Amino acid sequence: MRVFELNGSTGKSMAMDDNVEHVIDAEKVKFFDWQELWRYLDLFYFFTWRDVKIKYKQTVLGFLWAVLQPLLMMVVFTFFFGRALNVPSQNLPYPVFVFSGLLLWNLFSTGLTNSANSMVNNAQILKKIYFPRLIIPVSSILVAFFDFVMALVLFLVLLIYYQQAVSWHFIWSWPLALTLTLLASLGPGCLMAALNVKYRDFRYVIPFLIQILFFLTPVIYPISILKYPLLQYLIALSPMYAAVELFRLPLTGAVLNMPLVLTSLIACLVLLFTGLIYFKRTQDFFADFA
Amino acid sequence: MKPILEVQNLSKRYKISHLPKAYLSLREQMLTAFRTSGNSSEEFWALKDVTFEINPGDSVGIVGRNGAGKSTLLKILSKITPPTNGKIISRGRVASLLEVGTGFHPELTGRENIYFNGSLLGMRRKEIRKKFDEIVDFSGVERFLDTPLKHYSSGMQLRLAFAVAAFLEPEILLLDEVLAVGDAEFQKKCLGKMENISKSGRTILFVSHNMQAISNLCTKGIYISDGRIDTHGSVGQAIDAYLKTGRVSPSRNTLLSQVQSIKPDKDFRLLSVSLHQDSTEIFGSAVNGKELEIRVDYELFNRINGFRVFLDVCDQFGTIVFRSFHDESNAVTFQPGRHSSRLKLPSNFLAPIPYDFKLQFGIHNIRMMEPAEGFVFGINIEHSGTYNKAYHGQHTAGLICPVFPWTIQHG
Repeated sequence: MRVFELNGSTGKSMAMDDNVEHVIDAEKVKFFDWQELWRYLDLFYFFTWRDVKIKYKQTVLGFLWAVLQPLLMMVVFTFFFGRALNVPSQNLPYPVFVFSGLLLWNLFSTGLTNSANSMVNNAQILKKIYFPRLIIPVSSILVAFFDFVMALVLFLVLLIYYQQAVSWHFIWSWPLALTLTLLASLGPGCLMAALNVKYRDFRYVIPFLIQILFFLTPVIYPISILKYPLLQYLIALSPMYAAVELFRLPLTGAVLNMPLVLTSLIACLVLLFTGLIYFKRTQDFFADFA
Repeated sequence: MKPILEVQNLSKRYKISHLPKAYLSLREQMLTAFRTSGNSSEEFWALKDVTFEINPGDSVGIVGRNGAGKSTLLKILSKITPPTNGKIISRGRVASLLEVGTGFHPELTGRENIYFNGSLLGMRRKEIRKKFDEIVDFSGVERFLDTPLKHYSSGMQLRLAFAVAAFLEPEILLLDEVLAVGDAEFQKKCLGKMENISKSGRTILFVSHNMQAISNLCTKGIYISDGRIDTHGSVGQAIDAYLKTGRVSPSRNTLLSQVQSIKPDKDFRLLSVSLHQDSTEIFGSAVNGKELEIRVDYELFNRINGFRVFLDVCDQFGTIVFRSFHDESNAVTFQPGRHSSRLKLPSNFLAPIPYDFKLQFGIHNIRMMEPAEGFVFGINIEHSGTYNKAYHGQHTAGLICPVFPWTIQHG
């Protein structure tokens, strides 16, 4: 048997901490420790990596599922809403219209569901090891992002197939829409994750909530279909409205309805901060409740 | 030299809910909001005003009864749960190993689990890559590195898990009862590894019920009783204090309150545990010259096939002397309702030493029931049997003292 040397070889990461005093104080209150989050950067990667791996282990089609799901949904919606009901689609072919919405919507809904259940699913780990708790909901959203990238490839293929014109000087709105979607799922996701630890009722609330939000967000119909401005503002309260509109901007080239987009943006930010603050305030007690 | 760890007036309060559910539902919260508060929950101080300092390089054993607050202390030190009052100052990287193999996932391969578990324990990716070969070497599972963990034997999983943890290099290492698992050979290997760690100048805080392991590994000791520090000194002093006061014979009330403080279980409820000798109930001490009966009364809420009660008789160091099941020869199916399992230990069998009796309840191959760590109570055995009677039983040795039929032939 080999003999292992444990002395001497102290790594750099520790030398960094050598002269630092860590204080745990019952009296001290502080917002997120960003420096610490940065030190745990690897763990974001590993949590995401683990969940992506597990998700597609022992499946025959593997990553193809990430593409098949939105594709089949697109076919169904095109058949019922595009053909049978003749829903307008801002002068886009209906499949392109609905897929552009579904792409972001799936990222949002999967991200929200994943993060809302993430703390409960990782309860065993939370009770035994310390790390910044925020890593868990964030990386569970990144898992959904992985599926998004797969579906995005299909979307580009679709654009080529329908010979859809894309105005390149609006292309900045794609990354913006993407960021908004991630933030829109992070806020409510953190809120639900924290509530879920204490009240398991939220496990049942989430699918229901997402279902309702889906019909309240202009994914399968354009907002112009609603004739009353008041209704339009109500719809714009959905944090996903701005993201979907912005994402379609390079395709439609239409003028953005700024008051509506701003309403949605503010809703998104309010939810984000509510979620983060509630998460922060309760995170210390997750181990006691989980 | 500044202490590497300072703990000042640390307290932790839990609210014990008397509701039968393990977690809250919104409906209950709303209902209780209307009721007068106070009757549904009770305060419980798991730790109260704990103050101590640890110097760099010390290896400190923490001893105490179940529920004394040892694990709570480690949980607070490792930041898993916050203190209610008090302050901790640590001057170095703290890593805690409260469980072997936390975060291991059965679908991931051995290689993948090493990376994930390592990063959970606080290693950087670079660090893991550097030590990867050593970890694999120590665990001895090279051949199965790319096999999903679910195909590993439990022993292999354990070896892999400990190997990852063994290559953590923190200045302060917190260990909770991690040696309670695995076979004897594996435990020896882990102990050796931990001895290396403590010799290399790291600071170790080690919680265990295994006094042998603690006295081998540690130089300092802390004895915690009812959430307070009773003794803080050399490891010998702490163990002595623990064995002395820990051995206070349980009275009728302490046994009863111990039964009542068990967490609710969906299938099972312990009603009472009692000891009898000569058909009278006894508390805390018994004689070995007479039969000793242990009566366990309990209630089952469901029909259970293969429900088991078993007793571990342990010496004061936590070593199991023997284990006995209530269904040795045939599995028994239990109907819902009250049952009583009784065991008679013969006379002239136990040694005149203090024992810990540990009762455990479970369904064979399915799950263990509450209390998860077993129902433990101490008992003192006084010498009264025929064992070495000719010489007043002065020189007893061994953990049991059965009387066997020797024959002596003269000439």
